[in-house]
Amino acid sequence: MTSPVDNETPPRTLADKLWDEHRVCDLGDGVDLILIDRILLHERTGGVALQSLEAAGRPVRAPRQAFCTMDHVVDTFPGRGDSTLMPTGRAFITATREGALNAGIKLFDLGDDRQGIVHVISPEQGVVLPGVTLVCPDSHTCTQGAFGALAWGIGSTETEHALATSTLRVRRPEQMLIELRGRLDPGVTGKDLALHIIAALSVSGARGRVIEFGGDAISALDLDGRQTLCNMAAELAAFSAVIAPDDLVLDYLHGRPFAPSGADWDRAETRWRTLVSDDGAAFAHKTAFEVGTVSPMVTWGVSPQQAIAIDARVPGYGEVAGRETRDAYDRALGYMGLAPGEPLESLAIDAAFIGSCTNSRIGDLRRAARLLDGRKVAPGVKAICVPGSSGVKRQAEAEGLDRIFLAAGFEWRESGCSMCFFAGGESFGLRERVISTTNRNFESRQGPQTRSHLASPETVAASAVAGRIADPRRLGAHGG
Amino acid sequence: MAPFTVLTAVAAPLVRDNIDTDAIIPSREIKSVAKSGLAAGLFAGWRYREIGSREPDLAFVLNDPAYADARILIGGVNFGCGSSREHAVWALADFGFRAIIAKSFSPIFQANCVRNGVAPVELAADAVDALARAVATDPARRQVTVDLVACTVAAPGTAATPFSIDPQARRMLLEALDPIDLTLELEPRIAAFRERDRQARPWIYL
Repeated sequence: MTSPVDNETPPRTLADKLWDEHRVCDLGDGVDLILIDRILLHERTGGVALQSLEAAGRPVRAPRQAFCTMDHVVDTFPGRGDSTLMPTGRAFITATREGALNAGIKLFDLGDDRQGIVHVISPEQGVVLPGVTLVCPDSHTCTQGAFGALAWGIGSTETEHALATSTLRVRRPEQMLIELRGRLDPGVTGKDLALHIIAALSVSGARGRVIEFGGDAISALDLDGRQTLCNMAAELAAFSAVIAPDDLVLDYLHGRPFAPSGADWDRAETRWRTLVSDDGAAFAHKTAFEVGTVSPMVTWGVSPQQAIAIDARVPGYGEVAGRETRDAYDRALGYMGLAPGEPLESLAIDAAFIGSCTNSRIGDLRRAARLLDGRKVAPGVKAICVPGSSGVKRQAEAEGLDRIFLAAGFEWRESGCSMCFFAGGESFGLRERVISTTNRNFESRQGPQTRSHLASPETVAASAVAGRIADPRRLGAHGG
Repeated sequence: MAPFTVLTAVAAPLVRDNIDTDAIIPSREIKSVAKSGLAAGLFAGWRYREIGSREPDLAFVLNDPAYADARILIGGVNFGCGSSREHAVWALADFGFRAIIAKSFSPIFQANCVRNGVAPVELAADAVDALARAVATDPARRQVTVDLVACTVAAPGTAATPFSIDPQARRMLLEALDPIDLTLELEPRIAAFRERDRQARPWIYL
């Protein structure tokens, strides 16, 4: 069998190539049956899917292509076990453990040195690879598109479908190219870029689409930054996000436990090198940003699109009237306890949080530690750092970062999703103002009536030291 | 799961944009490894006066006795955004909702609705606003009909508004189909595809 000659094949996007390669058949009505290469589970939504599947008497079709971890509900306190602050947390943990065991799915359990947040450990273990389709009952699965995979979040019932059949029934999503040009200023990160884009496009700005991030600013962005950017495609309501795999990706994955090795690696690499959008490939939507003008960004409201430059003031309604309804604007200001015109940098904080699938990788921790070295968290500020995986935690400890965080007055935790949301029962206090490296500033997400401000690890570190929202660019490395 | 064909029921207006799944069912309300028993936690942050309490906030629409029997919810733009937790749909269904009419839906939530027999109906923004206004101001027009056979939404005294819905989603809802059963019938094709793929990409098959 010969493949079509190159010049007869219409130019295709990266997402087209991923889609076509996994298309088992056409189901009619524009829906395709798509082969799923990797399924990831966690104890919050994985346990219920496994339980329901077992009750229906449906076996897992390819258990060796599925992986499970404990991240959402588990405590992150040192010395943790199966019990959580939420009395019923243990049930999630034990049900998931039992379900994974019965199904023959590899579990990165508590105490396993591979445990961690699902989207952090998947690349660490070489579970995600360029060219794979990967699903997980978790909206931030798009994070893993940074490795050239088509990775997307699904519900529990869809997860049962993927587990039982190794496929999903999906309509081919529309595609959107977001081109990022130029150079980020020092102190400006992938997180700031993500918030900048969300503020510009709105939280439904890529609804149902696959975003491809491209441009010279993407080539220049490190893998941590790319993952942060793809992570927050969820906050654009995107189907997913992808970035063409390059040397950075391949070097990172080479030698990982579940990545191919030897001749298989060479064969894989040859295929992976073709995973780019062809010249002239058609995108239904295209937009571009000059990244040189992006500042560190902080949210002021209860939606990730309510984000502004750190040195700006809380907008008046007139400034956001095109994007916010009056009701949404008033509710956001009232909830956050803010007035129009207030400078963000004047806001005193009660707490600072570094962690989550958005910003808990080793690079995130290193950059925060650089600012915290020799400095102290302001009195009265509760500051917490939660490494994204047990592996990140070990690496950070080997580099002495834990000592910097602890000396500054941060708590140093076991890995997990932790206080990104209070699934395990731990939360910030009533109406506390929190600066956080997480992805959602929704009402009461981090605690009762908690006022969350999303920002980069640098901004969170600088703010923890200042006791108020503070621009990390004004705080050099190493305090005294 | 029961088939969804035509539903006439009270519709409750909650027309805010970007209602996220944390608002629909907060994390702290997901207490057990089950798909049921989630109704009490539905919109808990808005429905009750304080977090953790069950004292109703009378200003919230679902605490208004006029909407006690609501089976249809009217929402805004990007309804169900945020977390993929299917608990959001399970909570809505457990409370009694069988259809959500909104200006648009977040994709994962929309798929979750269909898998649970809840009809996600997308209408133009002005049609949603008009419907919400009619429902809120005129008790005689509180009963709304969602007709998935004809693909229309109607309130008494107004012309039926047509809507479009993904044909596969519509068929799944109308016939209460289980997609897993349907796909399992394709098992030979999946097996053959995987066998060919295994030759091309052996590293996928651990």
